[in-house]
Amino acid sequence: MTIGYLHSIESMGLVDGPGIRTVVFLSGCMLRCQYCHNPDMWAEKEGTPITPSELVEKLVRYKSYYQASGGGVTFSGGDPLLQPAFLAETLQKCRQNGIHTCLDTAGAGLGAYDEILSYTDLVLYDIKHYQPAEYRALTGRDIAQTEQFLAAVQAHGIPLWLRHVVVPGLTDSESHLRALADYIRAIQNVQKVELLGYHTLGVPKYQSLGVPYPLAGVAPLVPDALAHCQSVLDQSLRRQPS
Amino acid sequence: MTEDMLIAWDSFNSGEWRHLVNVRNFIQKNYTPYEGDESFLCPTTERTDKVWSTCRALLEEELKRGVLDVETGVVSGIDNFAPGYIDRENEVIFGLQTDAPLKRIVNPFGGLRMAESALHQYGYAMDPEVEKHFKLYRKTHNDGVFDVYPKRIRVARSAGLLTGLPDAYGRGRIVGDYRRVPLYGVDFLIQAKREDWDALDGPMNEERIRLREEVSEQIRALEAMKRMAAGYGFDISRPAKNATEAVQFLYLAYLAGIKENNGAATSLGRVSTFLDIYIERDLRKGILTELEAQELIDQFVIKLRLVRHLRTPDYNELFGGDPTWVTESIGGTGVDGRTLVTRTSFRFLHCLTNLGSAPEPNLTVLWSRTLPTPFKQYCARMSIETDSLQYENDDIMRPVYGDDYGIACCVSAMKMGKQMQFFGARANLAKSLLYAINGGVDELNGTLVIPNIEPDTDETLVYAKVLGNYKKVLSYVAALYVDAINIIHFMHDKYAYEASQMALHDTLVERLTAFGVAGLSVAVDSLCAIKFARVSPIRNEKGIAVDFKVEGEYPQYGNDDDLADDIAIELMMHFSSELKKHPLYRNAVHTLSALTITSNVMYGKKTGSTPDGRKLGEPLAPGANPMHGRDRSGALASLNSVAKLPYRDICQDGISNTFSIVPAALGRDKQNRIVNLTGILDGYFARSAHHLNVNVMDRAVLEDAMEHPEKYPTLTVRVSGYAVHFNRLSREQQLEVIKRTFHESM
Repeated sequence: MTIGYLHSIESMGLVDGPGIRTVVFLSGCMLRCQYCHNPDMWAEKEGTPITPSELVEKLVRYKSYYQASGGGVTFSGGDPLLQPAFLAETLQKCRQNGIHTCLDTAGAGLGAYDEILSYTDLVLYDIKHYQPAEYRALTGRDIAQTEQFLAAVQAHGIPLWLRHVVVPGLTDSESHLRALADYIRAIQNVQKVELLGYHTLGVPKYQSLGVPYPLAGVAPLVPDALAHCQSVLDQSLRRQPS
Repeated sequence: MTEDMLIAWDSFNSGEWRHLVNVRNFIQKNYTPYEGDESFLCPTTERTDKVWSTCRALLEEELKRGVLDVETGVVSGIDNFAPGYIDRENEVIFGLQTDAPLKRIVNPFGGLRMAESALHQYGYAMDPEVEKHFKLYRKTHNDGVFDVYPKRIRVARSAGLLTGLPDAYGRGRIVGDYRRVPLYGVDFLIQAKREDWDALDGPMNEERIRLREEVSEQIRALEAMKRMAAGYGFDISRPAKNATEAVQFLYLAYLAGIKENNGAATSLGRVSTFLDIYIERDLRKGILTELEAQELIDQFVIKLRLVRHLRTPDYNELFGGDPTWVTESIGGTGVDGRTLVTRTSFRFLHCLTNLGSAPEPNLTVLWSRTLPTPFKQYCARMSIETDSLQYENDDIMRPVYGDDYGIACCVSAMKMGKQMQFFGARANLAKSLLYAINGGVDELNGTLVIPNIEPDTDETLVYAKVLGNYKKVLSYVAALYVDAINIIHFMHDKYAYEASQMALHDTLVERLTAFGVAGLSVAVDSLCAIKFARVSPIRNEKGIAVDFKVEGEYPQYGNDDDLADDIAIELMMHFSSELKKHPLYRNAVHTLSALTITSNVMYGKKTGSTPDGRKLGEPLAPGANPMHGRDRSGALASLNSVAKLPYRDICQDGISNTFSIVPAALGRDKQNRIVNLTGILDGYFARSAHHLNVNVMDRAVLEDAMEHPEKYPTLTVRVSGYAVHFNRLSREQQLEVIKRTFHESM
């Protein structure tokens, strides 16, 4: 029997994909992003063990909300790609039950992408960085891994909502945003590009885990700065490649 | 048919309504469904602005002083007061309860002591003549009730097992079909009542004698209504000829009710689509513009915002914020599938934009899956902008009440003009559970409230045993509760009969008796703790459990977990079936609600520590809400738990749920938030849920408003079943509202 490890379920998330969505947080992530706000979800095989059927049994109870709003389920984490067999089976069952499926991922997974993606309706893809060296500095891992996943998504023709976290002093310069736009232009089926402001809501989790916080002292991005970054990015995306 | 009728009904489609009183038939034959959006709406007129700014100044003054003024020389009555005006030149709709705006009425018919204490609280005294007359010659409702109450009811009452019994003030929740006055004129209604009176002949048994006397009272009230209207220069003996008269006559009919009675809730009914027929006719004829149509509704709503009753401090502790529950039910779908939304449905909601947000009238949207999308989205927008709307599920009420029912008070449906409601109080389910554990002895005052319950002496509570005793306690409570309510309504009919409101009902009215519960979620979580974890009572020297030690995890109501939610269902079904074992005064039908308004705070004060870990004195959760902070699986799980409670035949008086969400969690931008809120409502009601109050606000705003009330003069929040000005709540009630779960996952 396939067993997954569930960190938690947020029955109503309205900002992670279209419509009203249930966000399923799966345990485990191999990246160690400096600004990670869910360090409590890094460890694998932690949390509540659950089977795909049990999980889908919970989700179908929310179908009336999904149908009314064009919503569905979003698998997040951690990174959902770290539980490939469980993820694929659960996605398949969601499909069978008419539930729209979405992955919220940074693309650092363990393969089985063809199977996973054949039951996926939308991917929220988090671009950590576009330069190999910067990527490694930020996440501790090789960029090739995530590019392999991105290529699989492209091959399946699945719509993408791209996301990128803006950290003051790290990823908020105009030159950075223009280069990011160049990188994004090469990706197909992009429906939406969303910048997310760096926040410090996850800091208390580091304290309770006894892990030092890599970005200690960095202030959260103020909403006005985020709006400015988004407009710089949107303008660059509309221009032809430089 | 009189000449006046022919003129008034010109160009209306005919039907049964022309021959006998049938407002629904008139609406169905004549209304114009509207499926468009809000773009046609108009702003206020200069006249409205002038009237409203005068009122705003008075309202601010009232907020500072508690009450603005009281008429002490005259007692309540349909035509006991001289006409009153706000700004006569600029008013379009006329009529006030007394001769000045916000000047309150003394109504001693419910209870003289209550009236005296209310006056005293605000530094007034009862007029000595009035006092003398009442003491010498007039017995009150309150006197009658206490002549009859057995000791067991008084014990339960003072322990806080049954609270909010309307035994000392007007019972309320009676909604006249005020539309009958503009449609038919009062003379036609008097004629119909006379015919009823003649037909009520036969052997003079108690029932027939009482009804004949009541119809005579009703006819007298209708005559008084005409005199009161004539004081303002209106002849309501004949039907309304145009939209202005329709709104005016309807308001005068409502006004008669609130001059005569100070019932806890004096709701308006379902008037917007009715009025729309007159507005549409005048627009078609070219004798009214859209701006003027909006002016009529704005000025009508201003009057409704000025409705006041004189209440006591005890009353305010139960129902905070000086509510009057001028509930107007808007929208819904007809049994023929056509939407009952009209342009005037929008015009009513638009007052929140034109006049700013306010708790009254209590705007209640009858939500149906098939409501036009632009209307759904407009409602969601108004909720996001004003927090002033509540929603009730038309798709589950229509099969029971048809398509011409209105909501009385917060959540109670009744067929307009065909049904009335006896209502009162709540049974405290959390306290009842403590009685099951403590052998029927009150955990706070030590008196024996429930006889014949074996005290539980187990070190660790055993579920089956506790449940067995709990069911015994609830059987006793149900019988006691029915007895109390039967006494109260017998006496209210006898000493404080609402003649003007009942005159606008069918003579052979159906009666509902609505019971209520408080503390549902605390009782359920406590039972779950006993069933799934280890609960050890900590007993005092008298053997009373004063606290509980809980070891281990257990499922809690509010997480869409059937282990807990099924207990909630079982509890409501059990209590409902126990109530139904006891026949009701005047053969009324039993209904039940999970609705507390703000009384959950006071109930909590009177309830000892419970096995779910809630401590002595802490508030219970409001209505059918999960306990604050225990609905940890997000909003949909919380909503789904409440949606499981059965409406039809069980909680058919209503299941109140208050939902608060911070704007940022509802979506990234305004349009997104509107679409998402619409989806939440559609999804929730598709699961046969009954009611939802919606607040879209940051907790920080409420915290700031507590410290700086002057910055938020109109801040309105939805609490169990109604809306209040946040500034009018007591500090305890404010803290409880802030403590409630705000869904804020981002």
